[in-house]
Amino acid sequence: MSFFRVEKLVKTFGGLTAVNEVSFEVKEGEIFGLIGPNGAGKTTLFNMISGVYVPTSGKVIYKDQEIQGVKPYRICKMGVGRTFQVVKPLGRMSVRDNVIAASFARVNSMKEARDNASEILDFCGLTSVRGTLAKSLPIAGRKRLEIARAMATRPDLLLLDETAAGLNPTELLSAINLIHKIRKNGTTIIIIEHIMHVIMSISDRIHAINFGQTIAEGTPKDVAANQAVIEAYLGTDYA
Amino acid sequence: MLKKLPIAEMIALAVFMAIPFFMKDNYFLHLLILFLMWVVIGSSWNIFAGYTGQVSFGHAAFFGAGAYAAGLLAHHFGYSAWWGMALGGPAAVLIGLPFGIICFPLRGAYFTLASLALNLILMHVATIAENFTGGMQGIMIMPAFVSKIPYYYIALAMVVAILAVINLVVRSKFGYYFVSIREDQDAAESLGINSTLYKNISLGISVFFTGMAGSLYMNYMGFIDPSVVFSLSDYSIMAILVAIVGGVGTVYGPTVGAFIMVAVNEFFRSGFFGLLGFIGKRTGSPLVSKALDFVTHAHVLVFGILVIVVILYLPKGVVGDWEKIKRKVLRVRPTE
Repeated sequence: MSFFRVEKLVKTFGGLTAVNEVSFEVKEGEIFGLIGPNGAGKTTLFNMISGVYVPTSGKVIYKDQEIQGVKPYRICKMGVGRTFQVVKPLGRMSVRDNVIAASFARVNSMKEARDNASEILDFCGLTSVRGTLAKSLPIAGRKRLEIARAMATRPDLLLLDETAAGLNPTELLSAINLIHKIRKNGTTIIIIEHIMHVIMSISDRIHAINFGQTIAEGTPKDVAANQAVIEAYLGTDYA
Repeated sequence: MLKKLPIAEMIALAVFMAIPFFMKDNYFLHLLILFLMWVVIGSSWNIFAGYTGQVSFGHAAFFGAGAYAAGLLAHHFGYSAWWGMALGGPAAVLIGLPFGIICFPLRGAYFTLASLALNLILMHVATIAENFTGGMQGIMIMPAFVSKIPYYYIALAMVVAILAVINLVVRSKFGYYFVSIREDQDAAESLGINSTLYKNISLGISVFFTGMAGSLYMNYMGFIDPSVVFSLSDYSIMAILVAIVGGVGTVYGPTVGAFIMVAVNEFFRSGFFGLLGFIGKRTGSPLVSKALDFVTHAHVLVFGILVIVVILYLPKGVVGDWEKIKRKVLRVRPTE
């Protein structure tokens, strides 16, 4: 049995093929990095995994179940949480209420939801701003809230979409610590990231795509040395 | 279940229960019944639009559906209109849920336009289906009571019911889910919220009470026709104004809004509560009677001005911006 894998995923928008026959497998408990230049199709991949898009063809298999085309709210209930690259805070709700709303994915009573929320807020270091309206949080806080909200749904697999982008060095460090903490918690993570030293240092394995196609997969060291990856990032002149 | 007793609410309820014992003036009771009816309609609209974020421009569709359900039952089958009262809510839900299932893929303004279309469709159906609805001639039934007091208590019971429901909903999973959908539907879906299902639940609650208000109107007024109960300006838009003036997305906003709107409406319609008419009669001045003529039709203009003022200065409504009013108008310093 495999924990999670995608098989020959394809997504076309009209004439444009955003993702073209991408396959990879993620083992339980690992941090799996997904890299590629802008427009490579990383977020499209996430959207197919989390049910926002229905793949044109191919399969998404999670815990031996095919989940491609399943509605996002069902995928969340199956144990796949996600964050959004362009953060989507529930603006006119407090940070705590954001997390409470997410907690209801697992519990039904108000008390349980509150308990779950305060545990998660504590875990993600948001307890001090729990009463703030989500829309008045600075960007680092919003990114952290995205993670907290996804964690409140108690996922087994967490999709992190550029949660480190736009953070200053101190914030970056605490974001990395948080990701390590989540993994220690037993949650498997697939992470999209542009900041190379972040993704290289935290991923167990990395999958690189460009123009919707796989160009490399392996340990961070292998991928960093890969000719196709260097070309994709720096252009053929520097390769 | 509730941690602290809702003292203020209970006192307010006791006062309203006691009013008919010492206030027997029919005109005053009539205004109170209208006020209570608008609390129900405004609060219904508010659950769906204020909390769930689905702005409806066609709540008259559900008001009319409830009114017609009650009227047709009495008219065709000779049942007492009280049976119709029980039917008004379910009838509105019967119209509302298929509408929701069809139209919820639409978002934002597109959904709002669809709700407007539903309103117009029902108005035309009620006008054209003459054999069944009586068309433009409308439906007339004999009111069950001569006195206004029973209607007053029925309306009050509806208000208590809807305010209780709202209070329970906003403190539960449902309230959190409604507001999450309002704030960001995609984020809500990613948190395990079936947005279509919860929008339908919200719509169901909202139209159930709107339909009940409609059937109360049928029983109380004894006469309806399509242009009255499906009226865009008198119901669909008034429902929105009541909520906006009082405070969208607040529990008691529409209650305050209903009071303001009914009071303003009556103040102008009656020529400053009969003051102008009185002066006109006393002095016999043609100028005053002309002014009276203008003033009695000015309430629409005043509504317009009122809404502009509220949106500019109190965007969260009287209840939502109460702190601001206290600070700026009443000069109360915030307690440290």
